[in-house]
Amino acid sequence: MNMNNIVAIFKKQIRDTLKNKTIFIQFIMFPILTLIMCNTVKINEMPRNFFVNLFATMYIGMAPLTSMAAIISEEKEKNTLRVLMMSNVKPYEYLLGIGSYTWFACMIGAAIICIPGSYSPRERLVFLSIMATGILSSLLAGAAIGTFSKTQMMATSVTIPVMMVFSFLPMMSLFNDTIGKIAKITYTEQISQMLNHINSLPPRYSSIAIMAANILLFAALFTATYRKCGLE
Amino acid sequence: MNYALLAENISHSFAGQQILDKVTLHVESGEIFGLLGPSGAGKTTLIKILTGQLAQNDGHAELLGKDTRKLSALEHRQTGTMMDNLGLYERLSVRNNLSFYADIYHISHSVIPEILKNIGLYEAGNTAVCKLSKGMKNRLSLARALMNNASILFLDEPTAGLDPVTTKEIHHMLLEQKKKGCTIFLTTHNMFEAQSLCDHVALLQKGQIIDGGIPSDICQKYNHLNRLKITLRNGEEIVLENGSAAAIPMKEYLEKDMIATIHSTEPTLETVFIELTGKGLNEHE
Repeated sequence: MNMNNIVAIFKKQIRDTLKNKTIFIQFIMFPILTLIMCNTVKINEMPRNFFVNLFATMYIGMAPLTSMAAIISEEKEKNTLRVLMMSNVKPYEYLLGIGSYTWFACMIGAAIICIPGSYSPRERLVFLSIMATGILSSLLAGAAIGTFSKTQMMATSVTIPVMMVFSFLPMMSLFNDTIGKIAKITYTEQISQMLNHINSLPPRYSSIAIMAANILLFAALFTATYRKCGLE
Repeated sequence: MNYALLAENISHSFAGQQILDKVTLHVESGEIFGLLGPSGAGKTTLIKILTGQLAQNDGHAELLGKDTRKLSALEHRQTGTMMDNLGLYERLSVRNNLSFYADIYHISHSVIPEILKNIGLYEAGNTAVCKLSKGMKNRLSLARALMNNASILFLDEPTAGLDPVTTKEIHHMLLEQKKKGCTIFLTTHNMFEAQSLCDHVALLQKGQIIDGGIPSDICQKYNHLNRLKITLRNGEEIVLENGSAAAIPMKEYLEKDMIATIHSTEPTLETVFIELTGKGLNEHE
């Protein structure tokens, strides 16, 4: 593995994101929204860290998934990926470069979301650990969609429904028991549960098992897609 | 013979369609080799196989003496590619595009200003690629292909859609590379480009090489008519058989200073291609 290539892709992606409004907004929208809502809306009897937990869950379901899918599909569509492969960059180096960048960018967002929350230092650490795991799950799902899609348009049309399901199911499960039962098998619902009970660690085995199953499922999906479509 | 590129009976099919059928070609070190063919003939597939991006179904290919299915980082570092769709990062600046590839190729960033001066893009160094003209993008893409001092260049239609001035500039850059000993493998629709630049060409149609060799030899080979076309100063056009029988009227025209132009009826590569396939190079398969 050539670390130099991974670092070069990481640096290139930082420069590119600063000029790519579509991706940039994905990274900053929920952190900013969280800061605004936490500082402007004060309702009595509102659960502790309500907005932080709500937007953190939505952020996990949206930002890593859409960013990863958009970045990969755009590089495929515009043939920059093919040129990279011809320049002796291995597919796994590219995916690690893009994946680590997206994970890192999302973790900065997660850290910002965490700021207005009333957490102890230990809880903040747990919060970020939960977010890190959730972001990893979304990254794998986004990578699978990006690899499967030949164009950005195709990626967007697949990403939107997937993103809606993962982002909104935890919120909708608050209002409907049937949706709540379905939502339990998603990683975002488990993250929502863990964030809501951040001081009752360790998390339940069932939550860990569902999270692991989601990660394995997305990893398998990505592997199958990569084998079928490759990065061309 | 020292071949930079070698393809022996390369066959490749995809989704039941035969893309390449027993393609054989040899490219000597330091020459410019042109692969001519209409869109869909299999040119890009052949480039992908020769650069190790795609494994052929059958046959044997070598790049710089190494099986293309087993290319190492060493061969890749000696290869530069410029694809027809350029593959530039449109939002990044000219300089950042080159900086990124400098990192990939392990090259110092200090060479970038000189590269930019060489391709005439120094002033546009901080301009986003999306704001460049097509000619400027082509030059940038070529500069990227050249920046690792590649010993072999693969250029997929490097001058497609460019104005004559930019085309000439790019030809100049390619000839400079040839002088440095670089082998150049290019695909093109441009007959003038093939005839003026290439040492050898191969004509590809429906995945098969239908003829190949030195461009002028190919044209001579299909020069069935072997005639001279004379345009007189009064506008009259006369066609004479190119032989001793033409000497008498020619002498008369010359003595009377009647000749405006004389042309041989030697076919161009385009007409040879049409004769062989019944189709022009700009027509799709």
